[in-house]
Amino acid sequence: MIAGLYIDGQSALHRAAAGAKILAMVALGTGVFLIPDWPVVGFVLATVLLLYPVSGLGPRIMWTQIKPILWLLVIFFAVQLWLNDWQAGMLVVTRIAAIVMFASLVTLTTKTSDLLASLERAMQPLRPIGVNPEKVSLAISMVLRFIPVISTVASEIRDAQRARGLDRSIVAMVVPLIIRTLKMADDVADAIDARSFD
Amino acid sequence: MIRLENVSVQFEQRRALADIDLTLGEKRIGIVGANGSGKSTFVRLLNGLQTATSGRVVVDEFDAAKDGRKLRRHVGFVFQNPDNQIVYPVVEEDIAFGLKPLKLPKDEVDRRIDDVLARYDLQDFKTHPSHLLSGGQKQLLAISGVLVMEPRYIVFDEPTTLLDLRNRNRVQRAIGELDQTVITVSHDLDLIADYDRVLAFEDGRVVLDGPPSEVLPKYREMMA
Amino acid sequence: MKTKDIVYVALFAALTAVLGLFPPITLPVTGVPVTAQSLGPMLAGAILGARRGGLSIVLFLVLVAVGLPLLSGGRGGFGVMIGVTGGFMFGWAISAFVIGLLIEKFWNRLNVLNAALSIAFGGIVVLYAIGNAWVAVVAEISYWQATVGAAPFLIGDAIKVAIATAACLAVRRAYPLISKAG
Repeated sequence: MIAGLYIDGQSALHRAAAGAKILAMVALGTGVFLIPDWPVVGFVLATVLLLYPVSGLGPRIMWTQIKPILWLLVIFFAVQLWLNDWQAGMLVVTRIAAIVMFASLVTLTTKTSDLLASLERAMQPLRPIGVNPEKVSLAISMVLRFIPVISTVASEIRDAQRARGLDRSIVAMVVPLIIRTLKMADDVADAIDARSFD
Repeated sequence: MIRLENVSVQFEQRRALADIDLTLGEKRIGIVGANGSGKSTFVRLLNGLQTATSGRVVVDEFDAAKDGRKLRRHVGFVFQNPDNQIVYPVVEEDIAFGLKPLKLPKDEVDRRIDDVLARYDLQDFKTHPSHLLSGGQKQLLAISGVLVMEPRYIVFDEPTTLLDLRNRNRVQRAIGELDQTVITVSHDLDLIADYDRVLAFEDGRVVLDGPPSEVLPKYREMMA
Repeated sequence: MKTKDIVYVALFAALTAVLGLFPPITLPVTGVPVTAQSLGPMLAGAILGARRGGLSIVLFLVLVAVGLPLLSGGRGGFGVMIGVTGGFMFGWAISAFVIGLLIEKFWNRLNVLNAALSIAFGGIVVLYAIGNAWVAVVAEISYWQATVGAAPFLIGDAIKVAIATAACLAVRRAYPLISKAG
């Protein structure tokens, strides 16, 4: 199984219900867009950052969360500086950082299985409009099952194409990969039906 | 008892099975035939994966046309490639999959899973990722996933084609030990040499039918 | 949905995840990274059609959101989903749907030209319309400025449109999955 991004811990945030954390995330995401002053948003960001050590997550983990968007934040700040002033730049940067850092915090402190369970619960009321939670969880399991299979098939095809000198062509890789895995999908569907899922 | 009455299966381009009339009551039934001879279509009829274009397929009290769902629980099916049969990423989840519609109590589900894992010496792999099993273990897992559903019949569609010799022998032994009625499609004639009855298919018809000691030599000659 | 449709949906979600494992290629001069992953929505729409293709990307995004590191570079979680590039994430699902809709429409007379245009419209025009709007809101810049900022990525997208077009036409011949309706 693919490991989720969850980091084990015992903090209040770890123990909080998944649904509550998602609602908090939505509230914070909406909230920071309603606040027009950067110092207030900066305070929100500082609070979010403080939650990391409180939840037992160190500076290295914090850095991993913000690193991928750092260059974007720099660009956005520069653009605001050029168009407006530095306060506008701070507002944009603190806002994005607060949202991303809080959302990442939710991901880091909530087990994938808990999130999937709350997803399944949230889907129950959608039954009348044709959403079948059992089918959704079957599909989710199959994705996790297929990822290693597709990777294996992909490397087999790469070897075969390399033997024919076609290893530079992405199309020569993608087309057989799709056709082979589609055939596999048909067999899998048969196997599911044979075990009387429907 | 499996009964086929005047069964034909017509695909868009070709006729896969033509007017099959058969009654099968033996405990071990082998099916042979070249690729495209209709043997796979024949076994797929037995658990409703394939519907007959005309005629009737009846297994015990279940008519394939009317009791499709019940028939699928009554007749298990193990495919050639276990990779295409394992649906779930974790071993125990995959075995539990076929039990889901039965809504059994949790300890009954656990008991059945543990029993079947113990049977094939897979206890230590209960919570393992299914894709990390060896080819032979995967095929045993595929068989386990069918066995927990407690079918009366099990169809094996070329179950050893993709296995090495040691795993082939393991799977052969596993099949031999089953209490269920077994119908095995195979190109590996040794696998069915001690069966009660063998049918050979050609062009959608049964051309040879009898004990393996009679059918297999003739079939070898036919294919030469 | 039949069992087969569910399996196809799961397959293309998994395929999109596997495409994220390929290391990004950095384009010469501009230094813009091109990942294979965004081929996923194009292929899903062009091969499975609107409904199944769109759902497979939704499924992929659900798995990313619940914390699986399936985005290229091993990223995942809510941070990327609602962060700066969140619009492109949601845009993927819609772009797969739009591509599927167009391919279904042209299915009986599908050729290189209308397939490429369908994929380019869904995979570039629709995707960037949504993604850029999102960037414009979070960065407080105009839509036009966001579009200019995203322009360097178009080279990679053009390459992907070409690959997806070739793949869609080849798979259509070998394994047609969209019915001949429309």
